[in-house]
Amino acid sequence: MNFPAIRVIFRQEMARFFRTFIESLISPVISTSLYFVVFGAAIGGKIDLIEGVTYGAFIVPGLIMLTVMTQSVSNASFAINFPKFIGTIYELLSAPVNYLEIVIGYVGAAAAKSILIGLVILATAFFFVDVPILHPFAMLAFLVMTSISFSLFGFIIGIWAKDFQQLQLIPLLILTPLIFLGGTFYSIDMLPGIWRTLALFNPVVYLVSGFRWSFFGTADVPVVFSLLAIAVFAGACLVLVWWIFKTGWRIRQ
Amino acid sequence: MTPIVSVKSLTKTYSTGFKALNSVSLDIMEGEILALLGPNGAGKTTLISTICGITKPTSGTVTVGGHDVITDWRAARQMIGLVPQEVSLESFERVHKTVSFTRGLFGKPADPGHIDKVLRQLSLYDKRDNKVMQLSGGMKRRVLIAKALSHAPRVLFLDEPTAGVDVELRKDMWKVVADLRSQGVTIILTTHYIEEAEAIADRVAVINKGEILLVQDKADLMRQMGKKQLRIDLTAPVSAIPEKLARHNLALANDGSTLIFTYDTKGERTGITALLNDLQAAGLQLTDLATEQTSLEDIFVGLVKESA
Repeated sequence: MNFPAIRVIFRQEMARFFRTFIESLISPVISTSLYFVVFGAAIGGKIDLIEGVTYGAFIVPGLIMLTVMTQSVSNASFAINFPKFIGTIYELLSAPVNYLEIVIGYVGAAAAKSILIGLVILATAFFFVDVPILHPFAMLAFLVMTSISFSLFGFIIGIWAKDFQQLQLIPLLILTPLIFLGGTFYSIDMLPGIWRTLALFNPVVYLVSGFRWSFFGTADVPVVFSLLAIAVFAGACLVLVWWIFKTGWRIRQ
Repeated sequence: MTPIVSVKSLTKTYSTGFKALNSVSLDIMEGEILALLGPNGAGKTTLISTICGITKPTSGTVTVGGHDVITDWRAARQMIGLVPQEVSLESFERVHKTVSFTRGLFGKPADPGHIDKVLRQLSLYDKRDNKVMQLSGGMKRRVLIAKALSHAPRVLFLDEPTAGVDVELRKDMWKVVADLRSQGVTIILTTHYIEEAEAIADRVAVINKGEILLVQDKADLMRQMGKKQLRIDLTAPVSAIPEKLARHNLALANDGSTLIFTYDTKGERTGITALLNDLQAAGLQLTDLATEQTSLEDIFVGLVKESA
């Protein structure tokens, strides 16, 4: 293993994160705070308890997931697409690093940022509502696994995208709808018949449900399914990344 | 002596079907400066990229320091530093950070002392804390070289290091290259400036349309170039070289109306004075005199035309 390479990639990416501190950390905090004010306080006051939890608290896990998923994808995809775009990728391609080291460096950094953002949002939430965390270790585990798997997914998008427009395409057209329809702001039990069945095909449902379970002990789907879903998603992304580097698809001619 | 870089029957066909390299074989000796000379699109960059691992060979083998670049890629790449043609740098990074980054990528532990040494050598030391975007174009090129040297490679590839660079900086760059060579670094540089090859290379390889046309010692090439020709146009053509001129190295051209005298500019005497005296003695009337010198450029243009 080329550990110095992993270290410098990770450090460079984290440095970029802290260099753009305002965009990276403050903006997710501000936007989540807005969600709390609008959904939690203004609208939430008119909504009954959901599964025994106030609406303001109920949306906390979903909000964290929403931000963690979108941030993971956008950070990881940008991290690898940017060197491709400005040409500095030549260094990665000519250096004695293998794909695993590159992935650990970039995806590790992207995931670390997301975990950090997730925890900051959680801390922010405590200012607005009382949020119980029944299973803190499971909560952390879900946070870490979601961050890693979505960063892997973002990494793939970053390699696939030929320009910045394509970089936005999948998050915008696929990810955002899946996340919003994935029970981030509601329990899928609240959906009418057919929609509830359809929702079960949305992988995000399983992640949000598992994460919410770690807070409140209630879930839309059994926790085992949530773990399974995240393992399958991460596994599929890993296989795809492995294939990309093996064939050199869109990076090495 | 075993070559430090050995390219054997290397062929590269891109997915578009374009054959950039056609069975190229080339040995590069340790400690030499080899200039890879060729017009745009000749395959210079593809050759370098394939040796460095940026593109995959279609067939053929490349070894660096005895390590195959495909099967033993880590060991091979650790020996190589690459300075790309395009100035590709992250604008917001600071100079010493981006140089240290490359060192880490190549698997070497952080060594600020070595990085500072490299920066000093390239006159970048006082810019070490500057952001890359604050540097001039020439300085950015130096940063690229510093990055390539950050892990102390034994072979350095410079892809058109002086393309679009002003004369002064070009001379600076040549000095840097000479310094590196004196430290034992093997250097392969591509260029389409013939004067550059002439100024710094030990050997010159000419490449065109993906094929190596010539690999020769620069000194040998220079010897060929040392020959000069004097064209003597006569008022009236002659059928043969007059006896009185037999001792001179003359040839007839242009149906006898031109005499061509070949001489060596590096010789003690060129023999021109004696020839002119003998021409007068032979009673020949001259209309014009002209001298021509074979240059690397002529050889190059001739080769490239032949292969076209």
